[in-house]
Amino acid sequence: MSTFPLEIGTPDGIVFEGEAERIVCRTVTGDLAVLAGHCNYCTALGMGEAAVVLPDGTRRTAACIGGILTVMEGKCSVFATTWEWKEDIDVERAEKAKARAQEALNAKDLDDEAMKKLTARLNRALVRLSVAK
Amino acid sequence: MAANMKAVKLRMKSVQSTMQITKAMELVASSKLRKAKERADACRPYFQKLHETLADIANHNTDFTSVYSCEPKSDKYCYVMVAGDRGLAGGYNSNLFKHLEADAKEKDFVVVPVGKKSVEYCERRGYEIITRDYAEVAALTVSDCYAMAKTLCEEFRKGTFGHIVLTYTKFISMLSQQPDSMQVLPLSDLATESEEKEPVRNLILYEPSSQEVFDTIVPEYLGGLIYGSICEGSVSELAARRMAMEAATDNAQEMLETLSLHYNRARQASITQEITEIVGGAEGLS
Repeated sequence: MSTFPLEIGTPDGIVFEGEAERIVCRTVTGDLAVLAGHCNYCTALGMGEAAVVLPDGTRRTAACIGGILTVMEGKCSVFATTWEWKEDIDVERAEKAKARAQEALNAKDLDDEAMKKLTARLNRALVRLSVAK
Repeated sequence: MAANMKAVKLRMKSVQSTMQITKAMELVASSKLRKAKERADACRPYFQKLHETLADIANHNTDFTSVYSCEPKSDKYCYVMVAGDRGLAGGYNSNLFKHLEADAKEKDFVVVPVGKKSVEYCERRGYEIITRDYAEVAALTVSDCYAMAKTLCEEFRKGTFGHIVLTYTKFISMLSQQPDSMQVLPLSDLATESEEKEPVRNLILYEPSSQEVFDTIVPEYLGGLIYGSICEGSVSELAARRMAMEAATDNAQEMLETLSLHYNRARQASITQEITEIVGGAEGLS
């Protein structure tokens, strides 16, 4: 299959740069896959599992949280808030974060702001765990 | 003569202790610099590519339904100024302030100061300040940057200001840092003139809709840029401080050398005087 140049960046550095066959991401509206020859495209990423298929057929999965996906003239760029390859995920930390967030959510009289923050934290932990498993 | 000797000795002592301080600050700055440089190096490609990508989108954009992409409603500028928390960094802070002065001339503007020095400066000049929440630049994390971007976007949507400009110090090398301004919003400010005359327009597909896409990605993009400029700023600050302190240590060393020359001269003069006095006294006795 034909490939296309892909780069994935986060504020902590460029995590991937090179040719890829396919990238699958969770966007704000649902899962999306980009193949070579895609038209110019721009969308916002949601939280979820992402996968990159390399030209040799290996599939690398990652937890991807928030960001931008653009395709400009055949070149795909992903700028994520966090992008963690499956092997880099700290399961223990995610478990702890999940437990902490759940516990905090059980407390009463939470205002909207705190509620939002905690649910986001819980979701992030859940995404990480689901990818790592 | 003895009084002079004492004065020189005291002076030497004070120069010596100042030198100790500057030397220590230089060492601290260079060890922190290494860490900050790693962070900035990691962040720089993201920072540049993010800006390039959005500029690319702005160039090809034909959709002006979103607040972020259409022509600004207000002529007011908002400057996000990333300066340091502390002084004694050579011209780091003052160069940035001068740059802001020059850039904001004859413009109606408000400021979001980042860093203690920045807040102090804006207060002294009586600029309109949006928020003082980010007075400590060293403690800011990525999530703080995203929170800041969110508030800025809200204000932007309300129409408090029509343009956002990021003012920070660019790290060019260990020896040179350059204050710089970057237009970040609205997206039409990003578009470059030359590419606008492209004969064939490349249309972009936005999903689910351009408005929704812009509303989600713009705060994200702004947060990323702010984080990038803070990384650049902090590494520039440390490099500037290290250089300033190195120069100060060298100067102190030089001063010590001249002072010790003076001291030795004074000592010699006082000994000579004593001998003359003794000889004179002995002659008087005989």
